[in-house]
Amino acid sequence: MALIKVEHIWKIYKLGDIDLEVLKDVSLEIDTGEFVAIMGPSGSGKSTFMNMLGCLDKPTKGKYILDGQDITNSTLSKLADIRCRKIGFVFQGFNLLSRTTAMENVELPMIYAHTPTGQRYQKAKAALESVGLGQRLDHMPNQLSGGQQQRVAIARAIVNDAPIIFADEPTGNLDTKTSIEVMETFYRLNRDNNKTIILVTHEPDIAQYAKRIVRFKDGQIVLDEINKNRVQVK
Amino acid sequence: MKDILTIFKIAIKAIWINKMRSALTSLGIIIGVAAVIVMLAVGEGSKAKIEKQMASMGSNLLMIRSGSTTSSGARAGMGAQPTLTLKDAYAIEENVPLVTQVAPSVSGMGQIVYGNQNWSTQITGTTPALFYIRSWEVENGSLFTADEIRQGSNVAILGQTVVENLFGVVDPVGQTVRIKNIPFKVVGVLKSMGQSAMGSDQDDTIIVPVTTAMKKLIGSQFPGTVNNIMVQTASTEDLAQAEEDITILLRQRHNITGRKTDDFMVRNLTQMMESAMEMSQTFSLLLAAIASISLLVGGIGIMNIMLVSVTERTREIGIRMAIGAKSWDIRLQFLIEALVLSLSGGILGIILGIGAALIIKNFFPDLLPIAITFTPMLLAFGFSGIVGIFFGFYPAYKASMLNPIDALRFE
Repeated sequence: MALIKVEHIWKIYKLGDIDLEVLKDVSLEIDTGEFVAIMGPSGSGKSTFMNMLGCLDKPTKGKYILDGQDITNSTLSKLADIRCRKIGFVFQGFNLLSRTTAMENVELPMIYAHTPTGQRYQKAKAALESVGLGQRLDHMPNQLSGGQQQRVAIARAIVNDAPIIFADEPTGNLDTKTSIEVMETFYRLNRDNNKTIILVTHEPDIAQYAKRIVRFKDGQIVLDEINKNRVQVK
Repeated sequence: MKDILTIFKIAIKAIWINKMRSALTSLGIIIGVAAVIVMLAVGEGSKAKIEKQMASMGSNLLMIRSGSTTSSGARAGMGAQPTLTLKDAYAIEENVPLVTQVAPSVSGMGQIVYGNQNWSTQITGTTPALFYIRSWEVENGSLFTADEIRQGSNVAILGQTVVENLFGVVDPVGQTVRIKNIPFKVVGVLKSMGQSAMGSDQDDTIIVPVTTAMKKLIGSQFPGTVNNIMVQTASTEDLAQAEEDITILLRQRHNITGRKTDDFMVRNLTQMMESAMEMSQTFSLLLAAIASISLLVGGIGIMNIMLVSVTERTREIGIRMAIGAKSWDIRLQFLIEALVLSLSGGILGIILGIGAALIIKNFFPDLLPIAITFTPMLLAFGFSGIVGIFFGFYPAYKASMLNPIDALRFE
């Protein structure tokens, strides 16, 4: 059974008299352990699609089944709960809380998951160590490089043991060398921890880390194929 | 419940990050609470002052004075004439059963001499009844006897200040002093009463039998008259009836019939004190109400800053929501932030208010009466908490209603 299954999804924004169709009848299935890159030009609807998959937004029409559960008509509170337990986000702009240490940033999702305090500390430390930031626990975001900040964000995304990670242009603000480091981190999370990773990017080089590439254009999927030229990471 | 603690920590941290702004926000509450505390302390102080006055004066009292000397118009001339006599006092004692104590008194100033020391002081001629009414105690020696009153003996009871000024370490009881050049035997010393509520020294006095004072010390053109007669009843309920009985009796004795105006007046001192008390309470309530307005303004300040804070931290709210915070979590966070701001302002305000009250009490005791009590503090603390929740609710609600996608995109 597919981990993520969307059927005939539409997203329509009303702008005055005009209906803006951002997603038009999109259907897609993603299984556990997949690494999918969603590509497309800006305005193609890929970000809207990711927000929908990430339970940040609701479709206008269509059906969304996550982990065997129909969540199309879930309440906002229920969606927040799903985001908390099943989904981790990594953003282009890192989106760490400023003037808050790496540890506290990583602990944040566990506060909303009601993880006991003692356990919170252990898990946050372990997550930061797993992304190679064991020496930077008490650093503030502005004391960390872009790559390090993004790795804190990754630690935050995995700390609740969420099976799915959404990464929206995670390398958009990074140079090539750190981009590679970050992508290798995702690669290992997918390979070693069986995390399902959904990556939104417009850079072909970055998309090469994925197993499968889905291309959007004008609110529709125009291509869905296995990535034959996948980058290999040790 | 453990989560509440965590959310408190988050709130305190958020407040700490914006130290200056938080301090300025709390300032409104701090000043408001301090003002309430000081105002209530003043209110309690005036109440205590009046109570002290009442206690030193005695309770359930009627004061009978000659004529309407203090009232306006032509009657003043007539009333200036003393009309109350010692015999009136005895008549009241005999004929008005509701009355338990009757104390006629005369007073004047005079010089008292002992050895080579002299002192000028207030001389009061009265009967032991005044001692009961005012709860004066004779510390050393004894009160006047009935015989001494009847015979007009030359005996005196001295206040502490007089004793200090004339005798030093010598025991005055049994000594002879000269009051207005007439020898008096000291039979007792009054226990110190300290300052009166008005600030005068109540110990600077000499008490002699009323008969002696009238005959020998305080001369009057109208022999047999006294300055006033103080009357006490057993209970407050008896006062009105006693007042009526006394009026009837005195009109009879003074041959005032029909519509003619009384040549004396009976004042219900207890009632006067009670209305003074009521007035002071109304006044302090008014002061506290004005002070609460500043607390309200402080609350609006908190709301203002919280709204700014919500806008400024839109992105943070978006992040929190994206990683799993429910609307309720966000609402609680901002509500607790507002609560922490207002309560810490409340605590600081209480400290500031007590400080100000103590400064007034210790350095400017004549400026305002001050009594610091616990209840206003509790009240002010609770009220600042309510202000925090009330004015924090809207910003918190606004924060919780943000759309996570828009919030994340917010620059």
